[in-house]
Amino acid sequence: MSLVLNFWLRVTALFSGFGEQFRAMNKWQRYSAYGLGVVALYLLPYWPDVPVLGQIVNTPGSQFETVLNDQVVIFVLIALGLNVVVGIAGLLDLGYVGFYAVGAYVTAILTSAHGNLPWLLALPIAVVISMLFGLILGTPTLRLRGDYLAIVTLGFGEIIRLTAKNMDWLGASRGISNIKKPPSMFGLKFGVLDAKPYFYLGLTMVFIVIFILHRLEYSRVGRAWVAIREDEDAAELMGVNTFKFKLWAFTIGAGIGGLAGVHYAGKVGFINPDNFPLQLSILFLAAVVLGGSGNMYGAILGGILVAYMPERLRNFSDKRILVFGIVLVLMMVFRPEGILPKRVGNEHKKRRAKSQEGEVAS
Amino acid sequence: MSEVLLDFNNVTMQFGGVTALNEVSLQIKQGEILGLIGPNGAGKTTCFNVMTGVYAPTLGTVSFEGKNLAKLKRFEITKVGIARTFQNIRLFSEMTALENVMVGADARKKASVGGAILRTSRQRHEEKESRERSMELLQFMGISDRAETAARNLPYGYQRRLEIARALATEPKLLCLDEPAAGFNPAEKEELNELILKIREQGYTVLLIEHDMNVVMKVSDRVAVLDFGQKIADGLPADVRNNPAVIAAYLGVEDNAS
Repeated sequence: MSLVLNFWLRVTALFSGFGEQFRAMNKWQRYSAYGLGVVALYLLPYWPDVPVLGQIVNTPGSQFETVLNDQVVIFVLIALGLNVVVGIAGLLDLGYVGFYAVGAYVTAILTSAHGNLPWLLALPIAVVISMLFGLILGTPTLRLRGDYLAIVTLGFGEIIRLTAKNMDWLGASRGISNIKKPPSMFGLKFGVLDAKPYFYLGLTMVFIVIFILHRLEYSRVGRAWVAIREDEDAAELMGVNTFKFKLWAFTIGAGIGGLAGVHYAGKVGFINPDNFPLQLSILFLAAVVLGGSGNMYGAILGGILVAYMPERLRNFSDKRILVFGIVLVLMMVFRPEGILPKRVGNEHKKRRAKSQEGEVAS
Repeated sequence: MSEVLLDFNNVTMQFGGVTALNEVSLQIKQGEILGLIGPNGAGKTTCFNVMTGVYAPTLGTVSFEGKNLAKLKRFEITKVGIARTFQNIRLFSEMTALENVMVGADARKKASVGGAILRTSRQRHEEKESRERSMELLQFMGISDRAETAARNLPYGYQRRLEIARALATEPKLLCLDEPAAGFNPAEKEELNELILKIREQGYTVLLIEHDMNVVMKVSDRVAVLDFGQKIADGLPADVRNNPAVIAAYLGVEDNAS
């Protein structure tokens, strides 16, 4: 056990060293580092082709780029959305898969079952409808706290799945097929075999979501969310309209979940109620908690790990879920705050202050 | 000095069979420091909670500048101009000291989700204003050197003062301090006294709940005494100090007093 711990300390030390180096850079160096990182991410699908590294990241039994898109990107999007609700605002949502399903189903209905809209047009409609579902679920339930809220949201996820399963209009258990794919753009063709264009699209969505959430987090809204998580009564007595901001957190989270659903539906072209089991809600939550609840980048990392590890470990076939479970338990014992815990206080602030100076100067 | 800011009119507060406040009438005048004292369990904090909307009074009304507070939600009461601190410190522990105060300052701001995403000029202006005002308040309270420290890592005295800074940030007309001297040593209490007087100089009206008679007697313009949910005295500190009912409440009465 001490071996594991020692190893872990080394790994974290490595990361913090990296962080310091990063902080020491000036604005342009930092921006170019960001740029390089972004380019590297877009080149991810080609990693398995790299001689040595490829062997490490390779996913046996399934195409690497398919895993990247269908699993990793979807989980990262969802972890980002769920992190707003659970991590930042502190509202335990166990039915997040419901919003994911709403996004996917609205896309399916509009582009295939009951309409002929192009995917690109269905996207904003589906996101808005997902947000509306967040609003509808949130308005009565956000007066509840803690465990009670968790139970109600748990029910919500199941209600969505069971409604889809029992309503003929929604395709019942047959599901809906022939969902339209995203239109060709920038020379990317969204076909059946090549997952790379979907990955590029999904990655772009992730960046947009990060951008929006980043702005929200470092604003009056983000402060209100954290204040609510820390002490709801005190927040309200300090003039925070807690209900309104909780509803916003819920709605924004729902919108992002819906967006992930739209992306998923566009890629697979066929959905049925079994794609949205309760277990998925639990995995989404595991991703946020494992990565670092309350820290956006932690949630992203969690999403990546929870989506990618089972595929990487596919060679162990049956035992991979066991290994995954053990990893989760060990995490909770040795690092209950997640891999990248939320950051408060000095060093993080200094970096931000610096970057703000940069903004003013430019 | 004579305008009534907060009017507590015959307020009764019952919890099941327990009467925590029994027909208490209390007026706070513009610009004064009113000390509210009483033995443990006398109903001081309940008074606060009724005032700030945590509880709705069973009977009676509370009005602020002539406006009935009964229908207002808690956050609206803050916006009307009442801010408070807590007896048992309730800071946002995972936020920095500065962020804690900024949450208070945000109470007067308008920019919401749209403004934050688009980073409108109003939002940026408000953000800058919040930050600067909060920093000023931290300086005023003498704790700006730890502005970037997480609230949970602050020393106790800093936390107490941070609570006051956060309350002041909401731009209250009436500042309610719930046992701000709890756990302080005599020197710290002395500092706190000066601070409270300084706050009043800035034009705030202060309601001070204290357990510690010395603190209250030194800074208050007027003192009200609660005992078992009833107001037993109300007047100048010197008068209250010599009031037999108050002495009895604090020290008890000898059975065979003659």
